[in-house]
Amino acid sequence: MSRVLIIADHDGAHLGGGATRCVTAAGKFGAAEIHIAVLASPAAAIAAEAAALAGVAKVLVVERAENAHPLAAVLAPQVAKLAAGYEYLIGPSNTFGKDLLPRVAALLGVGQVSDLMSVEGPHTFKRPIYAGNAIITVESPADTILVATIRTASFPAAANGGSALIEAVSTDAALPTHTRFVSLSAAKNDRPDLQSAARVVSGGRALGSADNFKLIYTLAARIGAAVGASRAAVDAGYVPSDMQVGQTGKIIAPALYMAIGISGAIQHLTGIKDARTIVAINKDAEAPIFEVADVGLIGDLFKIVPELTAALGG
Amino acid sequence: MKILVGVKRVVDYNVRVRVKPDGSGVALDGVKMSINPFDEIALEEALRIREHGQATEVVAVAIGPDEVQTQLRSALAMGADRAILVKCEAAVEPRDVARALLAVIKQEGIGLAILGKQAIDDDAGQTGQMLAALWQRPQVSFASKVELKDSVATVTREVDSGLETLEVDLPAVITSDLRLNEPRYIKLPDIMKAKKKPLAVTDMAALGVSLAPQFKVLKTEAPPQRARGIMVKDVAELIAELKKRGVLS
Ligand SMILES: Cc1cc2nc3c(=O)[nH]c(=O)nc-3n(C[C@H](O)[C@H](O)[C@H](O)COP(=O)(O)OP(=O)(O)OC[C@H]3O[C@@H](n4cnc5c(N)ncnc54)[C@H](O)[C@@H]3O)c2cc1C
Ligand SMILES: Nc1ncnc2c1ncn2[C@@H]1O[C@H](COP(=O)(O)O)[C@@H](O)[C@H]1O
Repeated sequence: MSRVLIIADHDGAHLGGGATRCVTAAGKFGAAEIHIAVLASPAAAIAAEAAALAGVAKVLVVERAENAHPLAAVLAPQVAKLAAGYEYLIGPSNTFGKDLLPRVAALLGVGQVSDLMSVEGPHTFKRPIYAGNAIITVESPADTILVATIRTASFPAAANGGSALIEAVSTDAALPTHTRFVSLSAAKNDRPDLQSAARVVSGGRALGSADNFKLIYTLAARIGAAVGASRAAVDAGYVPSDMQVGQTGKIIAPALYMAIGISGAIQHLTGIKDARTIVAINKDAEAPIFEVADVGLIGDLFKIVPELTAALGG
Repeated sequence: MKILVGVKRVVDYNVRVRVKPDGSGVALDGVKMSINPFDEIALEEALRIREHGQATEVVAVAIGPDEVQTQLRSALAMGADRAILVKCEAAVEPRDVARALLAVIKQEGIGLAILGKQAIDDDAGQTGQMLAALWQRPQVSFASKVELKDSVATVTREVDSGLETLEVDLPAVITSDLRLNEPRYIKLPDIMKAKKKPLAVTDMAALGVSLAPQFKVLKTEAPPQRARGIMVKDVAELIAELKKRGVLS
């Protein structure tokens, strides 16, 4: 019977949003069992969250000091060992999975399907190419383990309500010391997480400065939205890089996406294709963002955004 | 130390690609081709390292058909010292690209390989990580800052939660993110000079690599189009519309 192994993303304390979407994707393979591997230190809390996801049969826990930080070079040999006996090995297509899974695939001597967006059959899948301008259907051989990263925006998060078996495992993988964690500087804020938020407000180059970006933060706070940005806004230093939405940033699927002072370059649009409602506010009526917007408003953001924020005040 | 830079020829990022009506692929006839933007960034970083006196030579390597020589000449014009074309007419999956690059690395005695974080045609984002695995060396993907000291690289990478810094022993593989640097412009005299720089041509067989494609592309289709939206004239109309759609309460 075929089985799926999901490599869980986490921040050291909690299970990541990617893993929960992988569970939903895994359910489409028609496999008999879905397992999640948690490589962490400490691991118990993360494993408990994984075990609570509906549809998961077993959680494999590899707890060792070397797994405190997600170093691909350290995790990959362990994951390659865990993968023995599985037909599918998947992880989220976020920076964790994109870094790790190709390294594991190479160790296993196989290729990888990146950004798997739909399952058409046990061995046929769809994925985007050319920044989502084309979708290909790929077939992978039935006798080879499928390694894939899952486009998280294409699958909803799995529900809770499961009670999987939690099993501590150890692998005899030799771990390299050539790669060492130094630091992680994560912006601390109370805003919702960009990748899982139901509402996202994004600003572009038009904001003109980090200071002006406050307009976006204030509007977002008013409607409980996460904040995103175009590449131009990140490059200009208005906001940190982890806020970039697009082909080479984060791919998101909120119910509401507001693009403010963003032209709508193809690389940006790739990141928001699956948003349910796209709102565009731009002073240029010809801006390509209006071609994909569900609701468009032409005008100066410096006038419109404060007005909108005020109107949503009560 | 010698640095290898991967150079992939891709459809220029300004081109809006179209899917062929028969679903057999995307239309590439007469379309402008360029160096993958991330590879230009990778090359720029290699050149800066050499200019700081921390590398002796920058070698640009491409796997692909003869036409890729155009992009390799651009890489030479940007400042690469040498180029190698690994001739291959067939489409190559990242794993086989990684195998070919590894063969070149072994042949050349490379100390650092800098690749793009992804090729903007297939958007795979796999080659650097696979190469590092096969080479059994460190990888730092999505790099936004690289510092070399002796045989250690301290690299900052753009991850979903912020900026992560790793320290790795060389040799290693680094993949470039957008903010690693801004590639220089090619000047006319450099194009002339590049014509005289060495460009060696080899092939997969000479490197001892036999292609082992794993995936079959059954169909290529255009993405579903979003229905055309509506325009509102002011903030009040906007709010009313969003409430109607149930995305604001
Ligand atoms: C390899 C590669 C990868 C890339 N990846 C990404 C990616 O992941 N994400 C991404 O976003 N981009 C990406 N880009 C960049 C992309 O091509 C665009 O350059 C970028 O998205 C433009 O950002 P922008 O819309 O903020 O700026 P601009 O294109 O400059 O647009 C600014 C907009 O603001 C409007 N405006 C100006 N003033 C006002 C005002 N007062 N009120 C209202 N509107 C105003 C203008 O009309 C204009 O439409 C990538 C590019 C490359 C080459
Ligand atoms: N055919 C190729 N020739 C040279 N380098 C390549 C080739 N394909 C991929 N690469 C390198 O690997 C990176 C990532 O490509 P990919 O894994 O296909 O997204 C690219 O940015 C290049 O640096």
